[in-house]
Amino acid sequence: MSADILNMKQETAPAGLRKWEQEFGQTAKGAAITYNRSGIAIKPLYTPQDWSGRYDDALAYPGQYPYTRGVYASMYRGRNWSQRQLIGLGVPEDYNARVKEILGLGASALSLIPCNSVFRGYDADEVPHELLGTCGTVVNHVRDMEVALDGVPIGEISTAMNDPSPFTLLAFELAVAKRRGIPWTSITGTSNQSDCISHFVANHMFFRLALQGARRVVVDHIKFCNSHVPNWNPLSIVGQHMQQAGATPAEAMALTLASGIQYAEDCIAAGMEPDQFLPRFTFFFDISISLFEEIAKFRAGRRVWARLCRERFGAKDPRSWRFKFHGQTSGVDLTRQQPLNNIARVTTQAMAGIFGGLQSLHTDSYDEVFSTPTAEAARIAVATQNILREEAQLTDVIDPLGGSYYVEALTDEMEHKINEIIAMIDEAGGMYSAVESGIVQRMIGDSALAFQKKVDTGEQVVVGVNAYQIPEDSESYPALEYPDPEKIQVYLKQLAEFKRSRSATEVTNALDDLARSVESRESNVFEHVVKAADAGATHGEICGRLRKELGFGHPLTLV
Amino acid sequence: MVLRPPRVIVTKIGFDGHDRGSRVISATLRDAGMEVIYTPPWQEIATVVKLATEEDADVIGISSLATDHLIIPQLMAALKEADLSDVQVIVGGIVPARDESILLEAGVARVFHPGAALDDIVTDVITLTAKRRQLQGESV
Repeated sequence: MSADILNMKQETAPAGLRKWEQEFGQTAKGAAITYNRSGIAIKPLYTPQDWSGRYDDALAYPGQYPYTRGVYASMYRGRNWSQRQLIGLGVPEDYNARVKEILGLGASALSLIPCNSVFRGYDADEVPHELLGTCGTVVNHVRDMEVALDGVPIGEISTAMNDPSPFTLLAFELAVAKRRGIPWTSITGTSNQSDCISHFVANHMFFRLALQGARRVVVDHIKFCNSHVPNWNPLSIVGQHMQQAGATPAEAMALTLASGIQYAEDCIAAGMEPDQFLPRFTFFFDISISLFEEIAKFRAGRRVWARLCRERFGAKDPRSWRFKFHGQTSGVDLTRQQPLNNIARVTTQAMAGIFGGLQSLHTDSYDEVFSTPTAEAARIAVATQNILREEAQLTDVIDPLGGSYYVEALTDEMEHKINEIIAMIDEAGGMYSAVESGIVQRMIGDSALAFQKKVDTGEQVVVGVNAYQIPEDSESYPALEYPDPEKIQVYLKQLAEFKRSRSATEVTNALDDLARSVESRESNVFEHVVKAADAGATHGEICGRLRKELGFGHPLTLV
Repeated sequence: MVLRPPRVIVTKIGFDGHDRGSRVISATLRDAGMEVIYTPPWQEIATVVKLATEEDADVIGISSLATDHLIIPQLMAALKEADLSDVQVIVGGIVPARDESILLEAGVARVFHPGAALDDIVTDVITLTAKRRQLQGESV
């Protein structure tokens, strides 16, 4: 058994280690080797024998290539991570009230989650009214955005919007900035859900345009933002969808970096310089409760991306090598049974993200298994971040687990696994080819089913679900109220009034220009989305016109 | 007495596209020997009704994560309208307790919440298939 655990020749092992192994074997219960979610074998003890890397090459100091220990020299000593809670409900007035409340509680950055009808590319007057504003804010035009952002200093605070191709929400925000006299150069934030590959693969919720059409628009969007909104992050590459859909942490990281490679190659093909667009690429990941595995995932991801950018794309500016990411605690780990236990889960996940060196964090509310979060649960989620930072002092030391024999060995193993999957995607011709052939979806689906089977057999314990159960008490938990139907009726009237108040000619011309921009490779489609939004075209009109030109998004049917 | 394999439609209506649930359920029911008709998300209610007729479905499974369950009463009405009241409808996903009773009143046979065991879902689909065939006057 001893040689199996240590994977080294007995004669070279230090005497103390040999003695430990013997004593361990006499008292330990169960299998000596366990496996993490990514399928990596985990030993009961790590020692100096397990890591032989060179410090300067493999780790280096924070803020130095390959950034294993963090992308900035001062990390949280210099700047707190952005506490960016997802917000979105009801009509623009509701959103605005919630934003003002949450900013007062210490949130330092905004997010905007629109209604699902918006995600599918429709205006409120095109869909069943029952669904409006039930899990996101209805935002259909520039006037809505003015209301949503009323009193919010958009030139000073970063705004992240769930805004898939063709990025109408950013277009509305830019139109609002123009009306307020705020220069676009001072607008900061991120186009979340700009990664159409992840939508096609794993979260079809955001999949509006056919894959190749979305591919064209995202490149135009990156190009436009780099030139006109230079402090905006036009691309957030999303591993969260893949992991939520079932990918293991290593698979999620690898597939996300493979998507990053694909977007970088598309930008280069469109004539852009790596050092122009790479500094504005950002990432978004799920943080599961598998604590050390997640920490290793992020440390390995930073190293792999830095090397790809420098070696594969020849980027020379250190800002191009930095892997900056937003993390969201994993909803899949939360349980309906004994829901307050979710607060402990979210705390653990958040710690993994912080030790992993994230730049921005959303902590889930414990009641997300019942409904869109209630106000009290959302407050606890923000407080969890404050407690970890201010009370637990997690931020005093940069990369506090760096140098741990286990964490460094695991980081290497995750890196190895990530590189293997990236090589497989390269072999398949890149991410677009790989997803069109279905191999990525199959990988994720297989992992999802395998995990569920482990839960069902009890191999993976989930407290309250397959172990430590107590009689069901969930009925007593309140769910968020849906918007008052009256409010929705008022909204629909206002939408009709807005449409009547516009210059019909200007809107028609702007939409015609938009359609023409698709035909010419020289034109920038997103530039025309911005112009149409400013002219008063609605979200549904812009998306509808582009659907006609580029095709509707339909996922591959694979089971 | 051997049950002809249940025929089950697994689908999503409305706007949400989170389909981990519907995919895992489809694969599970298929592994259990059932005939599964899987669709991608965003189906129209009329499409689901048409599919149920064409496929002679015993059970329709609707997966809902983000409030799309609110239009399930419309689906139930449309099934009734099409004379398909015998088709058993089950729902899985995030459904607040107060909405569960609305769905059950509308004729939904069962709502599965997060944490439901796959085995229980398989057992229920078999039971509901037998019920549907009895309603049709078919010997099980």
